[in-house]
Amino acid sequence: MSEAMADNTKGGSAPLPYSEDPSEVRDWLQLLKPRVMTLVVFTGLVGLVVAPGHLHPVLAAAAILCIAVGAGAAGAINMWYDRDIDAVMRRTQGRPIPAGKIEPGAALGYGIFLSVLSVCIMALATNWVAGGALAFSICFYVFVYTMWLKRRTPQNIVIGGAAGAFPPIIGWAAVTGNVTIEPLVLFAIIFIWTPPHFWALSLWAHADYERAGVPMLPVIAGARETRKQILLYTVLLAPLGLAPWLLGFAGPAYAVVAGLLGLVFLYYAITVWRDPQDATGRSLTNDVPARRTFRFSLLYLALLFAALAAEHLVLR
Amino acid sequence: MTPDERSALDRRRRQRNWAMLAALSALVVLFYVITLAKFIH
Repeated sequence: MSEAMADNTKGGSAPLPYSEDPSEVRDWLQLLKPRVMTLVVFTGLVGLVVAPGHLHPVLAAAAILCIAVGAGAAGAINMWYDRDIDAVMRRTQGRPIPAGKIEPGAALGYGIFLSVLSVCIMALATNWVAGGALAFSICFYVFVYTMWLKRRTPQNIVIGGAAGAFPPIIGWAAVTGNVTIEPLVLFAIIFIWTPPHFWALSLWAHADYERAGVPMLPVIAGARETRKQILLYTVLLAPLGLAPWLLGFAGPAYAVVAGLLGLVFLYYAITVWRDPQDATGRSLTNDVPARRTFRFSLLYLALLFAALAAEHLVLR
Repeated sequence: MTPDERSALDRRRRQRNWAMLAALSALVVLFYVITLAKFIH
């Protein structure tokens, strides 16, 4: 690794000659946080599928592509801004900027370019409401979550979680040109799902966050309080998952799936809450229940939205 | 720079150039099909 690239996390490195650029294509793809993108694309697709009306398949594909690229672009800007804390967290040390593969300035330019491109294509392919919603979600993630909340408050992922909840609204708006109660309910489900999902992760990754100075809930309020909050949010989430059925835009098949998933999620949240702990609240089981809850939370959201889309496609 | 390092750099540069060509071509195709679809829609 060249000295200039090794200095990346300080933000003062001189640009490398193009011929010495050590980046590979996969590094540029990694900047787009492809794993996070998967769920974003899926929930956006479901918003698009369940929306009333018709969108030409090519335009629908373009809309999904724009949601994916927009989310990835926001992730690239996030990696640019967080390069200092990424360098000290084990989970993120291998990212392209702290690893010295991509210069910070290049990552920022890449993120801004893709953000603008995705918003413009979304607006041209569908409508300006969808384009505006995509632009708002990118700005929310970058300015509100990444730059304002993440390093300042343990409520960072509660409010910042809204950024990840926008895709169903964008998908819905791409078809209908407006935002009604239905996509807002889907937004609310992801919004309330986000805290227990991330706090389960932060229970066992708290040392990383502590080292990086990120005020995640377990770092500030302790593991015991975090477990209680996970349970409280799951208690809210379980009935909220039934809201699409109660409001009449999902049928009984969805209601059964949502009810069962909610109960299982509650069971996992209770196992986290009852996890054997020492006097300080630290887990005596290596946070096994929290790890299981984190994995199940991913499955929960995927299955819930899959049930909504499947019922709409098959039964309606 | 050793010959091996030189060859690795060349490989990465070629890979990036091909990826850029693919991305730009995809963008051209995307604009074309969006335009067609908008006319049909």
